[in-house]
Amino acid sequence: MNKNKRKQWRVFGLIFPSLFWLVVFFAIPLILVLAMSFGERGTYGGVIWNFNLENFARFFDFSDPLYLRIFGRTLYIAAITTLVSFLIGYPMAFWIASQPEKRRNSLLMMLMLPFWTNFLVRTYAWILILRDQGVINTIWAGHFHNAVVWLVAVLPGLPLDWLVQATSNPLPLFGTNLAIIIGLTYGWLPDMVLPCYAAIERFDGSLVEAAQDLYANRVQAFFRVIFPLTLPGVVAGSILVFIPSLGAYVTPDLLGGAKSVMIGNIIYSQFMSARDYPFGAAISFVLMALMLAGTLFYFRFTVAGQKGEPGHD
Amino acid sequence: MTKRLNPQAMKTPFRFKIGRYILTAHGLLSYVFLYAPIIILIIFSFNASKFVTGRWHGFTLIWYQKLFVDEAIGAALRNSLYISLVATFVSTIFGTMVSLAMERYNFWGKMPFDALLYLPIIIPDIAMAVMLLLFFVMVKIPLGKLTIIISHIAFDISFVAIVVRARLAQFDSALEEAAQDLYANNWKTFRYVTFPLLMPGILAGALLAFTLSLDDFVITFFTAGPGSSTLPLRIYSLVKLGVTPEINALSAVMLLASFLLVVLSVWLQKGGDGKVDFM
Repeated sequence: MNKNKRKQWRVFGLIFPSLFWLVVFFAIPLILVLAMSFGERGTYGGVIWNFNLENFARFFDFSDPLYLRIFGRTLYIAAITTLVSFLIGYPMAFWIASQPEKRRNSLLMMLMLPFWTNFLVRTYAWILILRDQGVINTIWAGHFHNAVVWLVAVLPGLPLDWLVQATSNPLPLFGTNLAIIIGLTYGWLPDMVLPCYAAIERFDGSLVEAAQDLYANRVQAFFRVIFPLTLPGVVAGSILVFIPSLGAYVTPDLLGGAKSVMIGNIIYSQFMSARDYPFGAAISFVLMALMLAGTLFYFRFTVAGQKGEPGHD
Repeated sequence: MTKRLNPQAMKTPFRFKIGRYILTAHGLLSYVFLYAPIIILIIFSFNASKFVTGRWHGFTLIWYQKLFVDEAIGAALRNSLYISLVATFVSTIFGTMVSLAMERYNFWGKMPFDALLYLPIIIPDIAMAVMLLLFFVMVKIPLGKLTIIISHIAFDISFVAIVVRARLAQFDSALEEAAQDLYANNWKTFRYVTFPLLMPGILAGALLAFTLSLDDFVITFFTAGPGSSTLPLRIYSLVKLGVTPEINALSAVMLLASFLLVVLSVWLQKGGDGKVDFM
């Protein structure tokens, strides 16, 4: 009995510092934001705690779809980012998994190395590449333009006037949705590759042989055996890319323009410039609800996927 | 001399060989995609021109020299190191303690607490930043280094706990039982058996927390006050003013520091069991 008490005290002692910290500096602020999203902005920037759904109605207002449009764009950018990450990441994972073990480890290490460097720095690198005076446009509107002009001067008969025209202006890359999608894909690609890799690496190769014994060709073997069985990895990777893309702030802020604002940016402006805390809290609420739905889906799907797998490993 | 045919190559149809080449080319190009921006960034930190475009104007180290005499960057670096070190120290202790409890004992309310422990990892940065800002404003804690440290500890604990718990889960409890058989009490068992064996995991967790603290921008951005600018905040405000080769030099130094930290942490984890965990 006494020993049991001592054990209880020991557990409590071990947990208490983290429990205290996470309750006071995480759970309470979280509840505060959720509660505030139902409040109203006071005249001097304060908060009036009257329970209403005004903020949510303003966000999902179909007659004035300012925020709804930003919401839609955010979902669109996050979805395209996830798709592009899959198209790049899945074959990449496949290739890594087909390498000898030693090289596989170095390749994984090389995949993670940029991932652990500063996100801001990595985004800044893309400014250098994509902006009007950047690397791509120096080549496009500089070197390539000069080459085309020279070619036309040497061989006047060539129908290249349209190319001279096109290369005389920089490509509109910077400040567009495309730039954000590139930046986000770059940022979260390892999150797609790793779960795909884990699923492909675990895959039992004898299943392909079985399929081929049943006269499946390689394409059929891939689409009807390999891909369905590695799908849990794809779903896990997709969620891991989709969720941070939804909440992106730095990427649209640095690579996007006025026409490519995302949810993260409006949350920022509600708190830092408009000082409408309740509305900003409501938008955060929507973002967190999406994140929570994604996470639940993730656990559902991956846990179910592991259960449904044949008993190898 | 007769040429030996590879039986595998004979069986492989030509079509599939092409597929294999495409897969390899794709794999290599993906790594180019991952590293090209970083390499371009570093190359242009050595470019002898005030303007960062695609043109090369000769080699120089002047941007690095400017970096080392920049007082604002020096102050930001000191703030960054101070904040990261304090946050790492506290969160490593708290995170290790909570890991021991979670992996060794069952107790009332363990499930919801487990969820609370994971939540800071999956919640979007911007949401966590916003709620901490609101909280600090409401309880009237002045924004500054203290609020940044508090916020960093709040997310670092979870990451430390994940790493240390992974280590504890593969821990051989027979070693502890052996110590107890040799009349070691609980404290001695922990001090001379559990703790040394756990050390690589704790160090890896601490390094992860340190890296995350050092690199964090969004949460720091919201919870910082006047005079508490960190390196990422400094880079951000410089980038907002315009692209300059000094930012490239600063970025290159930060990249190098992160690379070293990652290599160190992988090496530490390898030292334990030869297995590398990629998060």
